[in-house]
Amino acid sequence: MTDSTDKEALVRVEGVHKIYTRGSEKIDVLQNLDLKVPEGDFLALMGPSGSGKTTLLNLIGGLDRPTSGVVAVAGERVDKASGRQLAKWRSRHIGFVFQFYNLLPVLTAERNVELPLLLTTLSRKQRAKHVATALDVVGLANRAKHYPRQLSGGQEQRVGIARAIVSDPTLLLCDEPTGDLDSKSGDEILDLLVALNRDHGKTIIMVTHDPHAAARAQRTVYLNKGMLMSEAEIAEMRAAEAVA
Amino acid sequence: MFSWISQVFMVSWFNLRNLKERLGTSLSTVVGVAGVVLVFVAVLSIANGFRTTMSSTGDEKTVIVMRSGATDEMSSGFGNDTAKIIGDAPGILRKDGIAVSSAELYVIVDVPKIGTDTPANVPLRGVSATAPEVRGTFEIVEGRMFEPGKNEIIVGSAASTQFVGLEVGADHRWGENTWRVVGIFDNGGTVEDSEIWADVKVLQPAYRRGNSYQSVHVRLESADAYDAFKDALTTDPRVNVKIEKKSDYHSGQSTFLSATILVLGLVIGVLMGFGAVFGALNTMYTAVSTRTREIATLRALGFGAGPVVISVLVESLMLATLGGLIGSGLAYFVFNGFQAATLNWQTFSQVAFAFAVTPPLLIGGLVYAVAMGFVGGLFPAIRAARLPVATALREL
Amino acid sequence: MKFLYLIWRNLMRKPIRTLLNLLSIFIAFVLFGALFAVKTAFGVGVEIAGLDRLITIHKVSLIQPLPKGYGNKIEAVEGVASVAHATWFGGVYQDPKNFFAQFAVSPESYLALYPEARLPEEQKQAWFENRTGALVGRQTADRFGWQVGDRIPIQGTIWRTPDDSAWEFTIEGIYDADKGFDTTNFFFHFDYLAETTGFDNVVGWYILKIDDPERSAQIAAEIDRLFANSSAETKTSTEKAFAQGFANQIGNIGKIVISILVVVFFTLLLVSGNTMALSVRERINELGVLKTLGFTDSHVLGMVLGESYLVTLLGGGAGLALVTLLTRAFDLGGSILPTLYLPWTGVWVGLALLAAMGFISGAIPALQAQRLTIVDALRRT
Repeated sequence: MTDSTDKEALVRVEGVHKIYTRGSEKIDVLQNLDLKVPEGDFLALMGPSGSGKTTLLNLIGGLDRPTSGVVAVAGERVDKASGRQLAKWRSRHIGFVFQFYNLLPVLTAERNVELPLLLTTLSRKQRAKHVATALDVVGLANRAKHYPRQLSGGQEQRVGIARAIVSDPTLLLCDEPTGDLDSKSGDEILDLLVALNRDHGKTIIMVTHDPHAAARAQRTVYLNKGMLMSEAEIAEMRAAEAVA
Repeated sequence: MFSWISQVFMVSWFNLRNLKERLGTSLSTVVGVAGVVLVFVAVLSIANGFRTTMSSTGDEKTVIVMRSGATDEMSSGFGNDTAKIIGDAPGILRKDGIAVSSAELYVIVDVPKIGTDTPANVPLRGVSATAPEVRGTFEIVEGRMFEPGKNEIIVGSAASTQFVGLEVGADHRWGENTWRVVGIFDNGGTVEDSEIWADVKVLQPAYRRGNSYQSVHVRLESADAYDAFKDALTTDPRVNVKIEKKSDYHSGQSTFLSATILVLGLVIGVLMGFGAVFGALNTMYTAVSTRTREIATLRALGFGAGPVVISVLVESLMLATLGGLIGSGLAYFVFNGFQAATLNWQTFSQVAFAFAVTPPLLIGGLVYAVAMGFVGGLFPAIRAARLPVATALREL
Repeated sequence: MKFLYLIWRNLMRKPIRTLLNLLSIFIAFVLFGALFAVKTAFGVGVEIAGLDRLITIHKVSLIQPLPKGYGNKIEAVEGVASVAHATWFGGVYQDPKNFFAQFAVSPESYLALYPEARLPEEQKQAWFENRTGALVGRQTADRFGWQVGDRIPIQGTIWRTPDDSAWEFTIEGIYDADKGFDTTNFFFHFDYLAETTGFDNVVGWYILKIDDPERSAQIAAEIDRLFANSSAETKTSTEKAFAQGFANQIGNIGKIVISILVVVFFTLLLVSGNTMALSVRERINELGVLKTLGFTDSHVLGMVLGESYLVTLLGGGAGLALVTLLTRAFDLGGSILPTLYLPWTGVWVGLALLAAMGFISGAIPALQAQRLTIVDALRRT
């Protein structure tokens, strides 16, 4: 499963196809896609609905498998691993942040953050320490005992981010992290992500349809109909937007 | 705006349409209620059938005479003189100058019950020639009557289906005698259908009873003659006897077993009922919670709390009634007329009887189902009505 | 154990639902315990009957008496250690409703055969010595408030005194026994019966102890051969077989009780299994999130099964415990089923059923949860 050809790229996607079958209809979600994300990058993934952004994110996160092609993260072939290996791998390397936060409503903020640590061999004390640190990083140390329904959307998303970083993963995958928030809360979340990237060296891939959010990333790639757009296409699109 | 009634229909309709999506849960409620009603009706039909068999034995004109202080025929006993005096008492129906009265012996023989290898206590009754006339309902359905003085027996229709080797032509060796089955009789679904009959004059020596009897069964001229008959015998200093109408006597002997089964049935039925109500409550709470938004929307549009409550109750009642119908129906088709035999402790002998699923039982089962549906729907309905509209609308 | 909290919180998501589910399982097992106890009580004696005790009865029926002389002949059979006899009395104390069994027995040999009955040595001796003395079980003594020394009148129905007055007995001893051994019986001297009625040459049945339970069939056959072709042929069987045969007389009713139990079980299993399935369906999205965080399929499977086990064990365990305690602490069966109690075998069977039920009701939703692909799960918000 080890892959040694390209060490400097943390994420390497090569010639990936993804085809979904809905009834008799086949949908090409991703077509011959190549992407490299070096360590320490903050990449925004933009594109219209149905362009395959989330599918690509899921492939990188090992939630789904490509129909063909190579997906490698931190030197491991994600596309080849078994379900059990992937689960273990995810808990170590990947932190997920969702648009709708996806906190468990029955658990307090700190218990939600603690979830990924249940899969480690850490003692209860060590887990508590990690949880406190993570909540501190997102600025919610004083909300540890609150249930999700007692928090605002922005606060919920910060708990979500704390949960994503508590096990110190190699890569943060964010799917529309500001999509459900007002612009002020959204900005706070983006500030937090930028800080995580800049101060803690986290590699981040963020799917968004908001150019304002994408602007906070180090770089942006555009997806359209399952393919990355070239520089020329982007320029053309910009021009079209400017006319409109 | 709608009238209140049409609101009820509207909301109920929304509710029931949505039933399809909750099919599994709703079905489990139906099955739960059906199971409860099935068990409830089935157990009670046992007690019912047993009691019916016992109390239908004998009519107003048939009377049993035993020694005073005897609790049953087995513990009774008197000599031939007493039997004669009883036979001469006033009020007894006479045919061609002969009293319709039968002096009888009651013993037990071991015959294996079908399905077990172990012996069961089957009553063997020695009867006089007039015994069929005393009963009135007696008829031979197969073979013939035993011949007086011979080692022949006839078998009750219920006994012949419940015990091994009681068909016409079979021989049985009990004690020093070999008995041949020569006929099957039917006594109108009474407890005596569980018995084997022989000539009392043959049975007496076989069981070393000399010239003694255990009971005298008589047929009166009319039901009104009972008091005169009873007075004559109880005031007669030569005899010391106890007189009972046969139906009373047999009903009295069923009290213990039918009370036991009844209590058992009620306890099981009620406990299970609670279980089913919990199931129904869960179903309806789920129904309400999946419809939270819809209910709140309707309320926001101006629908009243009443129609919402009723719509939830309607669904719950419908599911429970359906379950009740299925349970009652199953109970009827599976258990009505089901033949069973058990030991009646009071007479220490086997009684064969059929389960009786009667209309009152079926109605009882349905009423129980509806009650379960009502309780199961009421609390969720109240919750639905109390939903705060504003928060419910926001709820996902 | 660190997942226990998560399982617990999930159960508390809808506390009413969990409570209702718990209660219906609780009731299922209360019913199970009660019916098992009733079944045991109907088959009373079968479990405690010793294999080294045989019973010899009249071949035609238990109610036919046997000659008293058989006793010595049976005792002479090789392998028979001791013999006692008993006769059904069937008397009435005040009212026929106050039913309890009375036996006229050979006191010393009878008591020696039943070490299960425990009483103080001085009471035992007093009973042996008093010809009109009686030995009564604790349950019946408590029922009528009898004390040692009380004089008890019992009206004979089968056996009469010459002037048909009531028989007078003096309570000389009260015996206790472990649960399962009938303590409602009333024993008195056969000699008292024989002298009063003149019937001194017949007894009801014989009970004998044999040296080697392995040879019971052989000894039984030998005894029956001894009396073959006599006016009173015998049938000898082990006490266990005799008790079982007696229990079989209840017949289909026993089987019907079992089938009812099965219906109850499946009904409640369905109700609770459905509740579990419902609670899984409602949080498929959450299960997807857990899988995203790195929870494996087995983790998720275990969690859902854990929930169903926790509910089943709490509810069913409480039900079994309640029945066990109630039936052991009180005589719920009264005079109808004097030995109504839940034996330990019932508890074990109940626990096995609990395990099966927890598994079955959780298995389908757990498998659903396990098979869930994350992408599908997350889509269902």
